[in-house]
Order: sequence, then structure tokens, then C-alpha cells
Amino acid sequence: MIPELGHFALIIAFAITIVQAVVPLIGAARNDAALISMARPAALVQLLFVGLAYAALTQAFIVHDFSVLYVSQHSNLVQPLMYRISGVWGSHEGSLLLWTLILSLWTVAVAVYSRNLPDILMARVLAVMAMISIGFLAFMLFTSNPFERLFPVPLDGNELNPLLQDPGLAIHPPMLYMGYVGFSVAFAFAVAALLGGKLDATWARWSRPWTTISWSFLTMGIALGSWWAYNELGWGGWWFWDPVENASFMPWLVGTALIHSLASTEKRGVFKSWTVLLAILAFSLSLLGTFIVRSGVLVSVHAFATDPTRGVFILAFLVIVVGGSLALYAWRSDTVVSYGRFQWFSRETALLLNNIIFLTAALAVLVGTMYPLVVDAFGLGKISVGRPYFDAMFALIAIPLLLLLGFGPVIRWKGDDWKRLAKVQISIFIFSIVAGFLLPFIIEDELNLATGFGLAGALWVALTTLRDLFSRLSKNLKLPLAYLGMIIAHLGVAVFVAGVTVTMSYSEEKDLRMEPGSSYNIAGYDFHFQGVRIVQGPNYKASEAVIEVWKDGNKSGELFPQKRTYTGKSNPMTDASIDKTLFRDLYAALGEELEGGAWSMRVYYKPMIRWIWLGCIFMTIGGVLAVSDRRYRQTATAKLRKDAPETPAAANA
Amino acid sequence: MIIALVFGVGLAAVLGLTAFEENLLYFYSPTQVKAGEAPVTHSFRVGGLVVEGSVKRAPDSLKIEFDVTDNTEAMTIEYTGILPDLFREGQGIVAMGNLQPDGRFVAQEVLAKHDENYMPPEVADALKAAEAAAKEKAKEAVN
Repeated sequence: MIPELGHFALIIAFAITIVQAVVPLIGAARNDAALISMARPAALVQLLFVGLAYAALTQAFIVHDFSVLYVSQHSNLVQPLMYRISGVWGSHEGSLLLWTLILSLWTVAVAVYSRNLPDILMARVLAVMAMISIGFLAFMLFTSNPFERLFPVPLDGNELNPLLQDPGLAIHPPMLYMGYVGFSVAFAFAVAALLGGKLDATWARWSRPWTTISWSFLTMGIALGSWWAYNELGWGGWWFWDPVENASFMPWLVGTALIHSLASTEKRGVFKSWTVLLAILAFSLSLLGTFIVRSGVLVSVHAFATDPTRGVFILAFLVIVVGGSLALYAWRSDTVVSYGRFQWFSRETALLLNNIIFLTAALAVLVGTMYPLVVDAFGLGKISVGRPYFDAMFALIAIPLLLLLGFGPVIRWKGDDWKRLAKVQISIFIFSIVAGFLLPFIIEDELNLATGFGLAGALWVALTTLRDLFSRLSKNLKLPLAYLGMIIAHLGVAVFVAGVTVTMSYSEEKDLRMEPGSSYNIAGYDFHFQGVRIVQGPNYKASEAVIEVWKDGNKSGELFPQKRTYTGKSNPMTDASIDKTLFRDLYAALGEELEGGAWSMRVYYKPMIRWIWLGCIFMTIGGVLAVSDRRYRQTATAKLRKDAPETPAAANA
Repeated sequence: MIIALVFGVGLAAVLGLTAFEENLLYFYSPTQVKAGEAPVTHSFRVGGLVVEGSVKRAPDSLKIEFDVTDNTEAMTIEYTGILPDLFREGQGIVAMGNLQPDGRFVAQEVLAKHDENYMPPEVADALKAAEAAAKEKAKEAVN
């Protein structure tokens, strides 16, 4: 009964979104206040019904209602409660429901927090978001109904893929979707502004906090995915350039360009049409990400779904959204006038360069991810693009990016004197280069070009950022939260780059054949293999190796890597064991039992790998701080004078 | 400034394309490898079903040998290291590596899919192609 109610709730939500998409737009065109005022309540009711559907599916998981096909496919009786709740988004249909729920949440958040938005603009924004909802609800109702019944009802269900039973991964998709779907807000604002034909700097101010907070969610979501892969997959890597990872990374890269471009548009009224284009692009890439992940067309370790009709639906949806918004852009963008003027050596130029670099990076990822697909589609063979391509591209892109990051935030708007900056920054520059190349020489007694560049880049970014902070502190200048957010996010970049550089340069790994009682030395650590014991978990049985790690006669830790067999699954699962500290990880993954009681074992030494995720945490916190700035609330109140003329001076808050 | 920018973009494009070209990995089925279509100078990927009973382990190291087949031809793959969890006889796998001068294929990486029912698409296609070719041959024999 409850699953049917859930299905019914989805149908009602579908009907309401159609109303929400059409009525306010007609109202906006005719300037009819009654029709315009439909937008907000429709958004609320839509959230209510999507929420009900979501609750119905969750309930089916919690009470083990195996008569629902999706539940029986992705949960069983012994599965812990936490993974029954997260099982909702463990696969295709449920992920779509989660996606739609998050879209409704964002829609209502816009309706509630932007009360001071002009009514017509608000009506258009909510209508555009409803159109996206229509697409996803139709997708679910017509191709992927999560409430489909199963008859006869099985006594027990299949299990959620054991790989997905990890706390990090349980919250990874919701975080990622918060980011993906959050870019729909910036998209909706851009399209609404184009529809209205009035593309002034105001829309940048409205959409900026929404974009920044979505970006923060996306950053955290991607970092969690990377963290999960490192912990669960047993390969010791933190990023694989897998198509599904790339699918989330492309919107992040364009989103990063967008938050910087929005800053120029809001503060100086420049790059307006460019910013609109980026907003369209960021959301389109989020949709493309869905297409890549959910159509199963790619050779990918993540490809869980394989159903071409779904792919065709998403592709059609993608064409409508991207094609439609670009056509609208082409039609309307000539009404956009950028009036800000600036000299070549200015903050505006620096932000423009930032955009060029991030788009180049996104393009590099896009080519590497899509080229094999295109080649395959035309029947020209099966190819894939190897990791070294991506690694080389990003090493190349990192150099100008890090260099720019040391200058950009300290250059003044409109124009600056490069001699003034050169005087201040030159000593930091020289120090960073010298220290960056000397450090590996002192510690490891070798001079490695890539390591030197990486460390120099991290030092340069960290020192220039801190210098700016301290010079403001010493002048007793106010430090608004938006500024502190930027500082912390940029420090996060330095921490991230340092982590990546050291991990990639100094990691050691070894595949071993070990007999109980034997030991192996890696990077100065002795791994003593004590033996293997059998361990019983809640829904699995495991062989667990006991490994003691010693360094210089002191015990530095114990590792217990497992090989698990889950009830209902025939294949074993590797569960790696990691001893974590800020400066190094010791990592062991258990292979299989070999002849004569020996086991195959993979051991790693990973210095500073934690810094990679630490850097991402910094960036996320930076984003959250920036959004908490009083400025957005103040501007919001000031905007109660709705049609106040927009001037560059007023925008330069 | 502009000259430097153009130069920089050009250089980046050249480096990028070179890196791209060098890292394209082509996929070949065992039939294609046997027919000599696979390159001997480049790494490539090969895939198929692991032949039942073909997995041989060295007694004192992590070296392992197994055959993969597209149901028409089979070839031997050598690998040293730990195999993925989903590696099993009868399962579809993809291996990345090089052909040695003596004709052995030495893999640097062996991939199996995370879903038990899921077949790597290249392997599925290779099996289909091999099956179609076999049918074609049978037809010719009848005629």
C-alpha cells in the first residue's frame, strides 16, 4: 500500500511541477500578479509530495518490503539499518529520486531565502527549476519507477553492493548531488535573467551565494568519493581518472571558474554574458555527469546501470536543456552590455586568466572522457585514454594556475601598478622556488624536478596568501567573512598541492607473497605478518590478517586487512587496513591464500596523503564562510527597494 | 603579453595532443591478437573470458598465468601481483599490457568489473563479433 502511495505522490508532484513551470511564466509575460504568486506555493507542495515519495521508499527499505523490486534488489534481512537507509540511493532509480528531492529542496530554499527578489524574476527562476524537475520526474515515472512491485515476493533480497557499505560512501552521493543540483540554481537565475531580457549585475549578486554553497557541497562530495576509493577499493590510490570521477570533476572545474567569474560580474559589472554562459555550462556538465554515470555506456569501474533507453532519455533531456538555453542565450545575449572598464594589469584580467585555465582543464578532462565514447559510437574501435594523459595535462595546467594564484587576489580592481606588486612578491617568489627545490634535496637527498615544482607552487600560494592576510591584520583592516573564506580556500589549494606532490613523489608500494611469521621492510617500516584469523561480521565472514608494523625498534601500529565474504554474494571483497597519521599512512590489503599457508599481500607507504583531503576540507570551509558573509544579507535588505538603478559604484560593495 | 599568451596556448596544445596521442589505449580481442593486428611497440588492452582451469600460479612468487578467450581464439596472459576480487574463471576481464618479442602478453594491470553480472562492454562485443564470424564460416562451409 505505502509503495503505491509513494508512486502516486510522484505522479501528483509531476502534475504540480507542470503547473509550477507554466503558470508563473504566463504570469510573468502578462504581468499578472495572481499567476506569478502561484510559483512559491507550487514549489512548497512539490517538495511535500516528492518528500512523501522519498519517505515511502525509505520506509520500504526499513521494513524489508521485498515486494518492491528495487528494495529486493538492493537490501536484505541482515543489512544494518544505516545501509538500508542509504540503500535508497544505492542504485539508479533511488538515486534519481534523491536527485529530484534535492532539486525540490533547492527550489524551496530559493523560494524562502530570496523573499526580496523581484516577484517576476522569482516566478521565472522557480519556473525554470520546475522544468528541470519535470524532466527528472518524467524520467522516473516513464523509465525507472522505484516503486515497481515484484511478484512472487522473495523471502530475502539481494544485497546492496558490499563495496557501497561504507559510511563515507553512504553520504558521498547526497553531497555530490547537493552540488550538482545546486548549480541548477545559478542556471535558473541565468535563464530567468535571459528570459526577462534584463541581464544586469543584480542576477550575479543573487546567484553568487547559491553557486558558492553548491560548489562547497560538490567539493566535499568529490573528496568523499576519493576518500572512499582510497579506503575501500584496496588499490591505495585517491583518484583514478575514471569516467565517473571525471563526470563529477568537470562541473567542479567549470563551477570554480563560475564562482570567480561571478565575483567580477557582481563587483565590477564585467564579463556578464561570459558568466551566463559559464552558469549554463556548469549545469549542463552536471547533467552530462548523470548521463555518463547512469547510461552505462562507458568502460568504468562504476558502471552499475546498463539500460540504453534511459541513456536515450537523458540524452534527449540534455539536448533540450543545453540546446534550449544556448539558443536563448544566442537570441538574448546582444541585450547584455558590459560597462566596466579595466587595464590589462588588474584583478579583472587575473580572474579572466583563472577562467581560461579552469576551462582548459575542463576541456582536457572532457576530451579524455568523451573521445573514446565518440570513437566507439562511430564504430572506429574501442579505445580508452590512459592515466598518464590526465596526469601530464594537470601537471601542465597547475603551473600557470599556481603562479596566478599568488598574484590574483592581491591585484587591485580596475588596474594596478605591477612594480608595486613585484616589489612585495619577488622575495616570496625566490624563497618558494629555492625552498621548494631544496627541501626534497635535504630530506631525500635527490633533486626531482616535478617534486620541486609542486612544493615551490604550494609554498608560493601559501606564503602569498598568508602575507596578504597579515598585511591586512597589521593595518587593522576589516576582515569580512567572504575575504576569510577566500583565504582559507586558497590555503586549501596549497595544502592539497603539497599533499599531491609528496604522495606522488614518495609513495612506496609492494605486492608480496608473505608467510605467517615473515616480515618485509618498506620505506623504513617493518611489516611483520603474524597470521590470519577468521572474523564474523554482522553480514559477512572475513579472513583477517594481523600485521604489526615496527620502525627503529618501536611498534608504530597494527594493521588488520580483511578479505570479506558477504552473505548472498559469492565474490570476496577486500577491506584494506590503514594506519593514519598526518604525515604518513601505512596501508595493507589482503590478497588471497596461496600454496603453503602463504598469502598475497599489498603494502603501501603513503606520505602526506591526508593533506589531499585536508586541502578539500579547507576549500569547503572557505566556501561556507564566504556564503555566511553579512554582505549577502545586507544587500538582500537593501534590495527591498526593488528597481533601484544599478551602478558600478553601488556594485562595488 | 599577447605573443607570450599565444605561444603558451600553442605550446600547451602541442604538449596536450602529444600526451593524448601517446596514451590512447586500443582494445583488441584474442582473435585480433592471434591474427597479428595488435601492435608490438605499444601497450594495448585485451579482454575476454578467463578459460576454466587455465589459471596457473608460480609456487614461490606472485606470478600468475591464465588464458582468456572470445570463444574463438584464446591467448595467455602473464601477470605478477594481486588480482582483483572479481577475478574468477569464466569471468570477463580486461588486461592492459604489452606483447613481448617472444609473443607472450605481459599485463601491467588486470581489471574485473565490480558488478557480478556485468560484462565489460568490449568483452561482450568481442564475444559477439567472434560468434558472428564463426557463423559466417559455418555458412561458407555448408555452401
